Amino acid sequence: MLYLSRWKIALILAVVIGGFVVCIPNFFSKETVAKWPSWLPHRQLVLGLDLQGGVYLLYEVDRQDYIQKRLKTLTGEIRNTLRENPRIGYSDLKVQGQTVTLQIRDLDRMDDARKRLTALTNPLSNTLFGGQGTTEFSLDLGSDGKATYAFTQNGLEQRVRSIVDQSMGVIARRVDELGTVEPSIQREGADRILVEAPGLDDPDRLKQIVGQTAQLTFHLVDTSVNPQQAIQSRPPAGDVLLYSMNDPPIPYVVEETPLLTGDDLVDAQATFDQRDHQPVVSFRLSTAGARKFGLITQQNVGRPFAIVLDNEVISAPNIREPILGGAGQISGNFSVQSANDLAVLLRAGALPAKLSIVEERTIGPGLGEDSIRAGKIASIIATAAVCIYMLATYGLLGMIANVAVIVNVALIFAILTILGATLTLPGIAGIVLTVGTAVDSNVLIYERIREEARHGRSAIASIDLGFKRAIGTILDANLTMLISAVVLFYLGSGPIRGFAVTHAIGILTTMFTAVTFTRLLVAFWVRWRRPTVINV
Amino acid sequence: MRLLRLVPDNTKLHFMRYWRYMQPLSIVLSVGSILLFVLIGPNYGIDFRGGSAIEITTKDGKAADLAALRATVSDLNLGDVQIQEFGKPNDVLIRVARQDGGEDTQQEAVFRVRDALGQSYDIRRTEVVGPRVSGELTRNGAIGLLVTLAAILVYVWFRFEWQFAVGAIIATLHDVILTLGIYVLVPFEFNLSSIAAILTIVGYSLNDTVVVYDRIRENLRKYKRMPLPDLIDLSINETLGRTLITALTTMIALGSLYIFGGEVIRSFTFAMIFGVLIGTFSSIYIAAPVLIYFKLRTEKKDGGEGAATASGAV
Repeated sequence: MLYLSRWKIALILAVVIGGFVVCIPNFFSKETVAKWPSWLPHRQLVLGLDLQGGVYLLYEVDRQDYIQKRLKTLTGEIRNTLRENPRIGYSDLKVQGQTVTLQIRDLDRMDDARKRLTALTNPLSNTLFGGQGTTEFSLDLGSDGKATYAFTQNGLEQRVRSIVDQSMGVIARRVDELGTVEPSIQREGADRILVEAPGLDDPDRLKQIVGQTAQLTFHLVDTSVNPQQAIQSRPPAGDVLLYSMNDPPIPYVVEETPLLTGDDLVDAQATFDQRDHQPVVSFRLSTAGARKFGLITQQNVGRPFAIVLDNEVISAPNIREPILGGAGQISGNFSVQSANDLAVLLRAGALPAKLSIVEERTIGPGLGEDSIRAGKIASIIATAAVCIYMLATYGLLGMIANVAVIVNVALIFAILTILGATLTLPGIAGIVLTVGTAVDSNVLIYERIREEARHGRSAIASIDLGFKRAIGTILDANLTMLISAVVLFYLGSGPIRGFAVTHAIGILTTMFTAVTFTRLLVAFWVRWRRPTVINV
Repeated sequence: MRLLRLVPDNTKLHFMRYWRYMQPLSIVLSVGSILLFVLIGPNYGIDFRGGSAIEITTKDGKAADLAALRATVSDLNLGDVQIQEFGKPNDVLIRVARQDGGEDTQQEAVFRVRDALGQSYDIRRTEVVGPRVSGELTRNGAIGLLVTLAAILVYVWFRFEWQFAVGAIIATLHDVILTLGIYVLVPFEFNLSSIAAILTIVGYSLNDTVVVYDRIRENLRKYKRMPLPDLIDLSINETLGRTLITALTTMIALGSLYIFGGEVIRSFTFAMIFGVLIGTFSSIYIAAPVLIYFKLRTEKKDGGEGAATASGAV
């Protein structure tokens, strides 16, 4: 047991030295490491948000909002298809809860109606294995002409998934334009997006940039209706009542169908108005958008139109002359920053559905520094105290255990660095706990050696048997801890995961150092000293 | 050099003799803990209740004026708001209860609090957990615990015999229940890191139990005719040195985390310290006697002696 072949010794030492080498960059600042020659390791541990400060935002697709919006467009589609030539008479078309219902009146034209309405159930293209494809909506059309559309489970899920994908792209483009942060944007489960921005201490700006739907629309203002009357009664059919962003908000009655939407934009920039030098957002339209816009402005010179962002009127200028070039500008009480932010939002595109924040964790940079300091102090004191105690209990063997503990910690850091894992405050707790329990394996071995020595065995035999007997126990004991750490990792989130990662790695490195590295050191000692009595 | 000895060599303590007193004690404590946890409940953090926590510190480093803060925040009509010192006198933790309404109202509440704090405070940390997420976190925490216990049951069953698996689970459950109970009695918040602590206690307590079990299994082969209670006593005595030394080094490490690791993880380290104590106790007084209770020795062909003593003890 105490004999180790040369290549094994070489391998063990290579792992230990390699571990220390990988750790080296962590002791220096980022700037220093960047200047190092290329053959030195450069990789540093990534510090978690709790240690360097930053914002953690968990967004969730607002399903209700999406469902209502989608049903509304479905209603429009139904209206359009039934009005097509030849017209099919219908009544009572409305959104009812999570369904759309209508009544077909031309009962003799049911076959045609069925064909047209079925087309709107929208087969989902990417069904696996072909076969009976599912559709986004189910259509229940009775012979009495009563029709009901409802979301299919599959259709809704698929939609939500694609909303998440689209949103992630939009968010990435938006945050990218902020330039200062290196965010991570990840999908979480079926309908969530996790945005993490390290080092950022202004969560509100990030939230504003990320969370805004930024649906830009242009609507003609219906000047035939007095907004005050519309508030008291209700706006005429085809119109909606919107408010401006001002305080107090000004009401406008606008046509519900937008003339143009943000999809028609190709570019947006923050600039200054040439006349009054106020910050404005100038935009350019696509060719098709420009043609449409030109036509509308030609027909409606003198009428105001409203520029609407997420159902709020930014401004409602009068059309002074036809705008034919496809370029225009939005003025409103902008500051330089808010004009800039709006331009970013317009360039990046609208979110396909509303996102709500379901979890937010923001840590200020100052608190992060405090946590690092506290973690460092705790680790150093813990390690020192454990080392002194071990030395007092086991003497030279205790010293070997201490070396093993230090190697152990170095290996944990090395593995974390190689994996690119993030070190968090709970992660530090995991490492400190490992320091406490790491000596357990050594203790198991040493206690066995003591026991064997007490039973009158020779020094070498005691050591040999001690290792042999302890290894089974070490395996059992550590594997059980590993099981709980692994479960913790898979089921936990955020802080729990950080702890589980370092704890699990710590258990693995502990098993390695206890059964190989400690044994190597003890073997060296035995060969060097040839002890005849064990003083443990 | 004289070496430090916590436990003298060849101890012959009769642990099982005290079992008949320890067992009712453990049962009473466990039942008490369950009652405390269910009837009174711990001081749940926002991870499980939903709501928001905002940690602030005074800009000038002077002690915070809690009364003024309380007045400012209560003017916002946000329902139940707790304001307390957090570590140092210039650090304050404001906890705002979950708002009625959807996820967005939580955001709105935090925004108003931060807005109202004005210029004299720096915001160090903000956490907002929506009602849906808090429900999920609670469920995941509970599932995590159950899955861990199941995985361990299978592992121990596989490596030992079924009595050991049952003993390990009972001992572990005992530790978990007592830790849940202690959270009702202490001022620490019960949050996500408390769950992490409990799951780690599961690992530690089991580690301890397995070491004792390992020795019992070894001695079962060695002393074929020794009555089970004596054999357990012997095994515990043989591993006592290791049990105490490891508990002590772990306590040293956790103690330094508790004192120097900062306020944020204090709840976590507290639970761990308690768990290590309980875990050490349970591997001696719960895990081992369960083997007697479930008549481990009668499974073997000539264990009549052991079984007789065991039933005598029950």
